[in-house]
Order: sequence, then C-alpha cells, then structure tokens
Amino acid sequence: MAVLTDRCVFDALAEAACTATAGPERVSLFLEAESSDFIRFNRGAVRQATHVDQGEATLTLSTGQRRIEATFALTGRLDDDVAALRAERTALAAALADVPEDPYLLLPQEVTSSERHDTGDLPGADAVIAAVTAATRGLDFVGFHAGGPVVRAYADSGGQRHWHHVESFHLEGCIYRERDQAIKQSLGGTHWDEAAFDERIATAAARLPLLALPPRVLQPGAWRTYFTPVAMAELLGTLAWGGFGTHARRTGTSSLDRLARGAATLHPGVHLAEDTARGIAPAFTADGFAKPACIPLVEGGRASGSLGSPRSARQYGVPANAGADEEPESLRLAPGALREADALAALDRGLYVSNLWYLNYSDRQACRMTGMTRFACFWVEDGRMVAPMPVMRFDDSFLRMAGAGLVGLTDRAELIPESSTYRQRHLRSVTTPGALVEGWRLVL
Amino acid sequence: MLDDLEATARRAAPAVQQWSVRGVVERSEEISVRQGVVQAPRLARDAGVMVSVVDRGALGYAATPDASPAGLARAFARARELAHAAAGRSVFDFGALPPVASDGRYASRVERPAAASTLAQRIDRVRRASDALRVDERIVDWSATLYTAEVDQLVVTGAGGRVEQRVRHTTPNLQATARIDGVTQTRSAYGQYNGFCQQGGLEVLDRALFDTEGPRVAHEALALAAAPPCPSGEMDVLLMPDQMMLQIHESIGHPLELDRILGDERNYAGTSFVTLDMFGRYRWGSELLDVTVDPTRGEQIATTAFDDEGAPTRRRHVIERGILVRPLGGDVSLARARALGVALGGVAAARACSWNRPPIDRMGNLNVEPGTSTLDEMIAAVEHGVLMRTNCSWSIDDSRNKFQFGCELGQVIRDGRLAGIVRNPSYRGVSATFWRSLAMVGDASTFEVMGTPFCGKGEPSQGIRVGHASPACLFRGVAVFGGEA
Repeated sequence: MAVLTDRCVFDALAEAACTATAGPERVSLFLEAESSDFIRFNRGAVRQATHVDQGEATLTLSTGQRRIEATFALTGRLDDDVAALRAERTALAAALADVPEDPYLLLPQEVTSSERHDTGDLPGADAVIAAVTAATRGLDFVGFHAGGPVVRAYADSGGQRHWHHVESFHLEGCIYRERDQAIKQSLGGTHWDEAAFDERIATAAARLPLLALPPRVLQPGAWRTYFTPVAMAELLGTLAWGGFGTHARRTGTSSLDRLARGAATLHPGVHLAEDTARGIAPAFTADGFAKPACIPLVEGGRASGSLGSPRSARQYGVPANAGADEEPESLRLAPGALREADALAALDRGLYVSNLWYLNYSDRQACRMTGMTRFACFWVEDGRMVAPMPVMRFDDSFLRMAGAGLVGLTDRAELIPESSTYRQRHLRSVTTPGALVEGWRLVL
Repeated sequence: MLDDLEATARRAAPAVQQWSVRGVVERSEEISVRQGVVQAPRLARDAGVMVSVVDRGALGYAATPDASPAGLARAFARARELAHAAAGRSVFDFGALPPVASDGRYASRVERPAAASTLAQRIDRVRRASDALRVDERIVDWSATLYTAEVDQLVVTGAGGRVEQRVRHTTPNLQATARIDGVTQTRSAYGQYNGFCQQGGLEVLDRALFDTEGPRVAHEALALAAAPPCPSGEMDVLLMPDQMMLQIHESIGHPLELDRILGDERNYAGTSFVTLDMFGRYRWGSELLDVTVDPTRGEQIATTAFDDEGAPTRRRHVIERGILVRPLGGDVSLARARALGVALGGVAAARACSWNRPPIDRMGNLNVEPGTSTLDEMIAAVEHGVLMRTNCSWSIDDSRNKFQFGCELGQVIRDGRLAGIVRNPSYRGVSATFWRSLAMVGDASTFEVMGTPFCGKGEPSQGIRVGHASPACLFRGVAVFGGEA
C-alpha cells in the first residue's frame, strides 16, 4: 500500500487523471489525505486509541459551461486507484451530457503552481500515551491527541499543480475539579515537546484550587468582561459563519449586513483579514484558484472586503478569492495596544472568560449571538481572580461588543487551530488577541 | 469490497482476546438548484474498514481504505500495537466484555430507488421544485436540494458474529429568503439543516410534498419579512414537531448519552447534568412525557436491526410517564457502569459515522410518543402564547441544561385562537425544569417523523444521522423573546 500522504501518490493520480485532452473537456483533481493517530483520554487513562489512514480524490469534469464532480475514497493500492480514477473520468464524461449549462461556472484562467511541504517531529502513539498517563497521574484528566501528516493538493488538465503538506499534532485536555469545573490547556505544533506538555499540566493543576473557592453567582445583566484569545476565537468563528461571504452580502443574509451597508461600524481598532499567508491552510482552493496572501475584511471598524467563490465571482463580478463556502480559513484579528500582562488590571472588576461554548446566532441580521461560558471563568476584583463563576448564557450583538462596547484588544494575537475533526483533520485557524468589553449581556 | 471482507478478515485476524472488522461502503448524490441555476451534481463513493482489537485488556482501532489481505493484516497489526500501548493504562478492562456473536441482516424498505430514474430526470424534478419558490421579486434567494445515499455495512467479529445492514435514505430541502424594507427572513420546508431525512427512495419526496411545498414556503418567507418581531415575556409555547425534534435532541438525547455521563466527552461535546444514580427515580418531565428509542419505524433515518458493534436494537422507553428509566448506552458503556457498581438497562447505542471512526454512544431514533390532544384543543388551551415552527438556532450549555432555541416562524396565540405571524421567535429555559412544564401532548394527527443528518460529537469528531419523531407539545410559562432587543 502506498502512503496516501506521499507526494508520489498525488503525482501518479494527477498524471492519470489530468492529462490534457484534445477536446474542450477540462479535468481537475483535488486530493485530501491524512495518516492520523487519535488518542482520547478520560480520567487520565486511554478511552480510545485509533489510527486512521484515509485519502479522498475529488475529480471534476467540465465542458463549456457544464460541470460534474465525484469524490471517492482511495485505497492506497496505486494501480487500483489509477484505474478507478480513469473509470470515474469516463463515467463522469458520460453523465455530463445530462447536466444543464451553468452560467456562473468559472474555472481558473491562470496556470499557477505552489508547494508547501512542512515536516515535523511528531510523537508516536505509544509515546503520547506514556507521556499523558504519567503527567496526569492522580488528576481527573480528559483530553484528546490528534497527530500525523495532512495533505491537500490540486491538479488540473491546464497544468496547475498545488501541494500542501503539513505534519502536526494537537493535544488538548482538561483537568477537572468536579462536575463542570475544569482548567483546559492545549499544546500543538510540528515538534513534540514533552517537557512543554508536562509544564502545561502542572500549570493547570496549580490553578485548580481557584475553582474550589466559593463561586460568585451572577445575575442576568451587563458585565465588564475580559475574553481570552480562545474565547475570542469562538466569537470570530461564529462571525465567519456567513459573515463575510459575497453571496450572503448580496442576498441580505450576512450577519455583517449592517456593517457592509454602513448602517453600523465597529471600534476603529478592529482590523479583520483573511490572512492566508500567516495561517496554516493551503494557499489555494479546492477549485484551483490561488488565494491572495491577505484579504482585508474589516479596516478601522468598517467593512472593506468580502470572500467570493468562483460562482459569486462570475455572478457578481467580484474576485474569486475563496472556496465554495465563502468562509475564511485563516481569519485574523489584529492585536491592539493593551498589554496582555495588564489585562486583568485593566478589567479591574468583572468577568474573566477563558472559554465560550456552543455559539449560534439568536438574530442573524442584527449579528446577535448567544452562547455559554465554559470551564475556568472567574469573577475578578481589583485585577485578581477571586471566585469561579457558574456557567452563564449570553445574548449580545457582536456589532455592539466589537463596536461601542470594545474597550481594547491585547497586544498579542494567538493562533487558535480548528480542533474538531469532522470527516478529517482541518487546517482552519483563527488568530486573535484577547479583548476587554464593557456591558457584556448575560441572560440566564 | 464487502463481498470478500468476511473471508479476508477471518484469514488476517491475529490471535488476540477479541477482534472485529466493520466495513462500510457509502454512495451518495447531491443535486442542488439555486436561484434557478443547476449546480454541478456531486457524486461520492466512500469505502473503508475499521479494525478493532482487544488484547492485554486494552482496545485499539485501525482504519484503512485498503481491504485487501495485506491491507487488513496491516490494520490488524496497527490496532494490536495501539492496544498494547494502552495496556494497563485503559479506562476499563476491555477483555472483560462479552464476545459479540450476533448474526443478522437489515435492509431499508425502498419503493422507488433513485437509480431507477435518470440523472436528467432527477435534476429536472429539483429544478421544478426550485422554480416554484420564485413567487415574487422580493424572494432574493431560493434553492431546492435532493440528497440520496446508500450505506452498506458489514460487521464481522472474532466470535463468529456477522451483521449486514443496507440503509437507503433520501433528504430533500426547499428554502426561500425574502427581503422587504431591509428585513431579511429565510423560510424552509423542513428546516435549514435538512430535517426531513428519511429512509427510502424517491417516495420520500412524495411524503415531503417536495413538488408542491415551494409556494407555501416562499409566501411564508414574504409574510415573515413583513411581520413584527416575536413578543417577549413569560408565556405558553406550542412547539410543532419540526422544533420538538431539536428540543428532544439537545435537552433529552445528549444528556442521556452514557459516555457523556461517564465523562468521555468532557473535553469537547460536554458532560451531563444526569448522574448514574438518577435512573429509575428522577422526574424528568410531567406525567405526559413518554420518550422511546424506536428502531421499528421503517421510514425513520436511524432505524437498523443492530448497532455498529453488533448489538440488536429494540424499542425501549428512556423516559416513562415522566420518570427517567434508562440511558442511551451501548454495551461498552453499560459494562463500564457495572464496573462502577451501577447496573443499568441500556439500548444498543454504539454507532459510528463511517468506517474511519470508532463507535461511541449515540442517539438512534429518539422519539416523544403521541398523547391525546388535538392541535385545536391545544391552541384553545392557550390564553397568551406563541406557536413555533422549524428550528433555526440552537445553543445549550455543556451539561445540557441552560438552552436557547430559535425558530423560523412564530404565530401568536391569544385567548385560544391563532393570531398573526411573528418573526425570530425564540425561547430559553433549563432542561432540568422545562420538561416538567409539559402541559399537553398532541395526538397522532400532529405526529411527524423528522431527524437530523448531522449530530456532532466525539474525539475524533463524528457527524451522524439521528431520527426524532414527535407530536406537537404545549409548555406553560416559558421565557419567550424575539429579535433585536
């Protein structure tokens, strides 16, 4: 079996599928592959240890304005996969006649190629299990490790070749005190550092006694609040869900519709961008379009750009600068002037929110979001954490929180990688500083 | 791939305490028409095998797309390596689990397979449904979608078990967005997240009224864009089945998953306010509340004869006359609870989203049973309240207690009569007390079979298909509100 994340597999598949044709037919291939270890822990012991090898090829065929695509699993038996690819191409060509013309079909017009091939020093599953069970002995630790190579690659019959290969790991976990009280930590990157993991566990364990203090029960109302970068990533991740897409903007369904129309502005210190150059996602889309290094989305608190799929590009006459979902993959909020070390002092009296959870829009058009606090959130007096707070529900407009309510952003932006692994490991991230907000609205 | 899997697996299996192999082949097709334009049809074929090995009391999994003898041998070796790495460091002695030797089959009932029509015919049907949504220039976005899938699965165990299941399902959707005087509202036929997912072939489209629902959906979008916001305050809410399904899912289903109660999900999906000592005595809701796990409805999305570890499924109450009876726990979780000294009756709940993820405790079909009230009787029983249809926003805390849900369409009820439509109807509450305010349960005439094709949970993450059927239900004294504020 060939290793599906090896470059030679992609080259062989591209050679088989994307040979130039004499006719008007265009063919493209998008490869998603990984070889991953997934280890989940509960109460400091192994719950499930899983290894997954997988690879999917999406073959797209178009003639004129007709297009059809098929995604299928690769076996790793290269001869079989090449044969399956050729058979799929033949079947798609036959089916294409049944597909009506699409006036908004847009294919890459330029032949570009790119390559990013990062290697790492990753731990084996046995090393992760040994390290985690040793470091968390005597603690109620629950967590998850995901690691291994991930590939995204694109080829087409026009000669384009894009290759994106990373070897990374993400290990995150909570040390629980009791019920829903926990300190969450994460460690990720391309080079495993057991000492760094041990240090994070020790730091988290040292904070557990704070959770044992008598809780501060809060009433619904407006509260001065500091959000950590991890909490901010939840807010910005929700904003990414339909906030920046061109189609949503043009149909009035964008959560940033008011900002885009100039009916609302954010704090002048808010600068948001799709910052592909500083993210971990590929610099190309599944349709073979090269992504700009940076697309300003909000500048000085005002809307400045949107993300357009190839379809929107053709329909609305805008640049094709995003994937089909028109969502950012490397959203970045620029840091501000508040020294991170001074954040609690600047908060003085109010809420320290480490984590948010399960956000959704409660009124999309008003950009109003709801969600919950989670894990180690504290009541702060005189710039010190003095009591844990029970989980609380908020319901507040992001336009207000990042507008009139924003006091300041901290001076260090942290890259928060997407940790969910639906279908596959993902390469999205949000990079953000912490934020100090006045009048955050709690409702339950 | 599945034809040879059993023989290949039995030849490749190593000498270990227990092993199993689960092969999955899934084919799907998605046809979508948006703003009158047919999008590129999307076909998919996924196939692979999950191997599990129990050895030295620990459990290891390895997933491979290579079902050849050499591929399975490598996967077995990798799974055994992982089991050995976890030996002595596992949450449970997996070697103590009873072997699975189930033998059986399941196949969806299909009257009209999608494959019996041509791609051009299916595209044409979706296009006509889409065209029917464009009733007015103020409809600024509209779409129709048809998703069909065939999932074949074979589970083979070292104890001689063999379970073969072939599931076919179909999911239509219709959606329209209206914009009037700067107000944008989206209305859908079955929820914006595909709530009418059912087993069967294209006959599902008939059950969904796919060919004729477009104009109603579009006219309701227009009415919503011109409607006032939902009123705020404490009042009664009458939840229709396409909102009840979400209420069941989030505030009954997830908190009853036994792996959450045992703590497995605390780093990601969350914990539960339910504790092991509550079963058999905790009052979850009023005496009108009966909740079942029901794998007997052939059309419901999660109906199967076995779970993904080979345990047979049966219809069971999880809440009976308001009292909590049993959790949603598969055999592994039940054994772990027994090891903690708690003997529970569970349900066959071990499910995986595909071949590349191991089974965990999941909902299957989790339903509220019909009561005795007609819809007219329930409306007549409300002095001041709102009828709500079709979930569009959902959020709940990690213990599954404090929730807030929003719907597409509200209709004020005043002095026992339906009044005007209101937009952005929402409500919030606490699971532990909300169900005790259940005052009336609709009869079979109000009962609808719904579901969600994407219930997220697990590390690694899994999105799985879950069924929910429910009558309309009336709740007293709920915190209701609308948009803006």
